[in-house]
Amino acid sequence: MVAVKRVLDYTARVRVKSDKTGVDLTNVKMSMNPFCEIAVEEAIRVREAKGTDEVVAVSIGPRQAADTLRTALAMGADRALHVHTDAEVQPLAVAKLLAAVARQEQPQLVLLGKQAIDDDSNQTGQMLAGLLGWPQATFASRLELDAAAGTALVTREVDGGLETLRVTLPAVVTSDLRLNEPRYATLPNIMKAKKKLLAATSPEELGVDVAPRLQTLSVEEPAKRKGGVMVASAAELVDKLRNEAKVI
Amino acid sequence: MPVGACNWPLAKPLVKPAGRVLASFAAFSQCALSTLVLAEHKDGALLPNTLHTLTAAKQLGGAVTVLVAGGVGSTTAVAAAASKADGVTAVLTAEHSCLAHSLAEPAAGLLGAVQRSRKYTHVLAPSSTLGRNVLPRAAALLDVQAVADVVEVRDERTFVRPIYAGNALATVQAVGEGVRMLTVRPTAFAPSATGGGSASVEPVSPEEMQAARDAAGASQWVGEEVCKSDRPELGQARVVVSGGRALKSADNFSALLDPIADKLGAAVGASRAAVDAGYAPNDLQVGQTGKVVAPDLYIAIGISGAIQHVAGMSSSKVIVAINSDADAPIFQIADYGLVGDLFKVLPQLAAELSPNK
Repeated sequence: MVAVKRVLDYTARVRVKSDKTGVDLTNVKMSMNPFCEIAVEEAIRVREAKGTDEVVAVSIGPRQAADTLRTALAMGADRALHVHTDAEVQPLAVAKLLAAVARQEQPQLVLLGKQAIDDDSNQTGQMLAGLLGWPQATFASRLELDAAAGTALVTREVDGGLETLRVTLPAVVTSDLRLNEPRYATLPNIMKAKKKLLAATSPEELGVDVAPRLQTLSVEEPAKRKGGVMVASAAELVDKLRNEAKVI
Repeated sequence: MPVGACNWPLAKPLVKPAGRVLASFAAFSQCALSTLVLAEHKDGALLPNTLHTLTAAKQLGGAVTVLVAGGVGSTTAVAAAASKADGVTAVLTAEHSCLAHSLAEPAAGLLGAVQRSRKYTHVLAPSSTLGRNVLPRAAALLDVQAVADVVEVRDERTFVRPIYAGNALATVQAVGEGVRMLTVRPTAFAPSATGGGSASVEPVSPEEMQAARDAAGASQWVGEEVCKSDRPELGQARVVVSGGRALKSADNFSALLDPIADKLGAAVGASRAAVDAGYAPNDLQVGQTGKVVAPDLYIAIGISGAIQHVAGMSSSKVIVAINSDADAPIFQIADYGLVGDLFKVLPQLAAELSPNK
């Protein structure tokens, strides 16, 4: 099972609304969160290596989240589940919804991105693992599944280097950027994806209360840095740093 | 929304109140504020991340307890250091083989159990790979929506955090009753002083320890690859020299950056492009998905300035950009910019920095 999120495209410029209620998402390019793409790619590689029979993609959000699920299907996921809601869903609520889906689907492995590039929370995978009582391997840069032994060997990117864990399945793994290079969906696969099963459910059907626990009071632009000066040579640069900025 | 006894309002943003004054004031209220801080430590030493987190904890205003969890024999020196840190009122230690290597399952189990039995109003951890791994799991066990990567404490339940790779700042307020759980961005808070304190040190209860042991076992630590370096730690360095794709090779990366970093006593950083190309190990990556740094001086060399990179360094005091492309976005945020061929400019820069100049 792999969870995907639809977010503002990573190349798009972020515009804060003038009333400070949030970021303007009208008429901007949206796409699958880059870390989720990596999670989908890894799930498909696990299936291709015969580590699993089926990859189920799940997304939570408004009607357009189905587009993101079609992208996952075009990359190679077998079927998809859309938890339809127009409400704001925070990581704890997402984790509860995914836990409810996981209890139905009984996957051996849940893959997620390590963070969404919009809210930058880096929480959902950890919360999901906690709710399910499963082990977690976050910030994964390498995953070796040993389905026969019922374990996974995961290398994690941690401050100061790398760390390797062996986790007992079922487990939750969150992907770091260096886990893999996601494939592009080819046109025939995009066409095939339209025929794949995309089921829908809702937080109510899953019995999960998604009411936000954090209220956003305001969203503002960070203080702008004022424009600097250009220098002509290394000597001038060192002089400025020494005598003007006084940082060396 | 009703304000409960534990939510007595703090009218203004907290400006580092004298801890003792506020603590005695809080004692008169129905429910005093109290904060638990999860300590980060390695090889018997308290890591600076913890000291930065302590400053955020002190700003909340209540008594501050530090939890030091680790393998057998690993907590004594760390607990002693924590007990001397400014603003710490108590230190809890938890030593057991299952707590070695800070695996998320036992660490979160312990944190959840300690919170259940001692009922702090706030639980904090540094927003490091350790804190981000453990605290959200513990929050889920306690049914709490944690606040990630806090850069400012407005009051006991209102916090500021960056979103969209630092392109926006959200002010969020926790709704309802219950414990507030936060991870704290270390670079946004000055470190607490390390001397003068004399907090009591005591072990956690057998029941709390049992919770950690019950949660352990589903994951095992296999090994680690630590990048050894004599340079200052990237997150703590006063000066950071960072290289990007334009350096063209791993050999150039070290041959050109090392002399400059050596002369400035700087840490070396890298852009994602440089890491992906194999010029630098990935724990040197600065950015949205790597480390967030805020040194006095950040020198970006051959880095275009993509928003994901800028997210990790835009709070630096002085930014210098050296790039051959005069239109590179990095120049829009640089205090000093130098356009030129890196392979000519960098040796000149190294020479200019020599003490005899």
